Amino acid sequence: MSGEPVMADWTKGEPAIVYQSCKACGGLQYFRRGFCAVCGSADLGEHRAGGEGTVYATSLVLRAATPETRAHVPYNIVLVDTAEGFRMMAHGDNDLAIGDKVIAHFERFTGRLVPYFAKSK
Amino acid sequence: MSFITGVGLTSYGKHEGSSSLDLMSRAAELAIADAGLKRAEIDGILCGYSTVSPHIMLATVFAEHFGIRPSYAHAVQVGGATGLAMTMLAHHLVDAGVAKHVLVVGGENRLTGQSRDASILALAQVGHPDYEVPLGPTIPAYYGLVASRYMHEYGVTEGDLAEFAVLMRRHALSHPGAQFHDAITVADVMNSKPVALPLKLLDCCPVSDGGAAFVVSREPTGDARVRVSGCAQAHTHQHVTAAPRLSELGAEIAIAKAKAASGVAISDVRYAAVYDSFTITLAMLLEDLGLAKRGEAAARVRAGHFNQDGAMPLNTHGGLLSYGHCGVGGAMAHLVETHLQMTGRAGKRQVRDASIALLHGDGGVLSSHVSMFLERVR
Repeated sequence: MSGEPVMADWTKGEPAIVYQSCKACGGLQYFRRGFCAVCGSADLGEHRAGGEGTVYATSLVLRAATPETRAHVPYNIVLVDTAEGFRMMAHGDNDLAIGDKVIAHFERFTGRLVPYFAKSK
Repeated sequence: MSFITGVGLTSYGKHEGSSSLDLMSRAAELAIADAGLKRAEIDGILCGYSTVSPHIMLATVFAEHFGIRPSYAHAVQVGGATGLAMTMLAHHLVDAGVAKHVLVVGGENRLTGQSRDASILALAQVGHPDYEVPLGPTIPAYYGLVASRYMHEYGVTEGDLAEFAVLMRRHALSHPGAQFHDAITVADVMNSKPVALPLKLLDCCPVSDGGAAFVVSREPTGDARVRVSGCAQAHTHQHVTAAPRLSELGAEIAIAKAKAASGVAISDVRYAAVYDSFTITLAMLLEDLGLAKRGEAAARVRAGHFNQDGAMPLNTHGGLLSYGHCGVGGAMAHLVETHLQMTGRAGKRQVRDASIALLHGDGGVLSSHVSMFLERVR
């Protein structure tokens, strides 16, 4: 991090997807840490992702576990391989298929902002 | 050297009014008696966890409750792989001379001790607290993601997955302790309520009450000589978002190391006990372990390969899918059944030859793996 301020992302309520890259080994990581999980270096850069990606996997949830999430059923949990090269979990259109090119926006889910992917073009 | 000298298992399903400690105690009592030992001879205890009654020192809570003062005791937490991870540790402990008889025990009133929603919610917390859990995934959704990808890469269909649920149910029908006693068909699985597509209700194991235990000893205590011939673990990730590609998952790493540790080849194996939290888990693990070619496990189910009288009898008690899943005890039932098969005590479920068995457990979202070979010695 080199003392740089932490960029806010959707996990902090901001409509943004943020990832880290290692200045020492070039490794990318999506789960924020104070060091690179590949080489251990603390010299990381933080970047805002463009929101483009490809669907890696999908699971349409029809049985949720809480009253708050149940209100949203059905909702599609997707894993997306971003154009930048890291994988992330998000929501997406119910008809997304593996391999679809997608672009992110943000939606409210149980009162929080979450990344949501729809087909690009 | 280490031997599984005794096993104990309760029925799975509803045990209204029984606590986790009650279920652990019942299974432990059975296992110690099966080993021909007295409580006081147990000098090591390994136990799992209980989501209903979490405690920072469950092993000593259990030891005091059960009336044992062991010289070695603690809990182990590796999700669904906990039972085999404890067995592996017990194997090394007795082999190293740290303890003579280690009691391995798991049990939980997960069905009647909390609501099903509470269970699903507790288990969903294996997801990342910041980057996954806020999205509302459930354990079936984590495995649903894996299933969608596996089906995409290897041409596996929902109908293929359904075969595993039908097989486990058929096996459970001949075990009086199983949670489910009604036969099901592929159509029943396909028509069951969608949970987290492509997984439907009958693709998922149930929530159960139950307990299981075994004793791992340095020397045999009777005629039932079942030896741990080798075991190994692999841990590649915790969260599904951080999982490696399908061809690099931990099962293949663990089984390769277990083969090297034991000198056993897959072609030597006569009985298989494989973790089956969901139909996709079983399908993938069978293929990762080399018990079926990639994408061909379902065809082997259809051909009867994994039947009681097939070439590779599998989870003859009905597995997690149909015997039931009470948490840590869930996959321990696989080892109990394996032991009964290896010692010729499986009654009408008895297979022809279970002289060498392969066991495999998985925790998290295919995150933690333990492979183990057991061998009957004369």
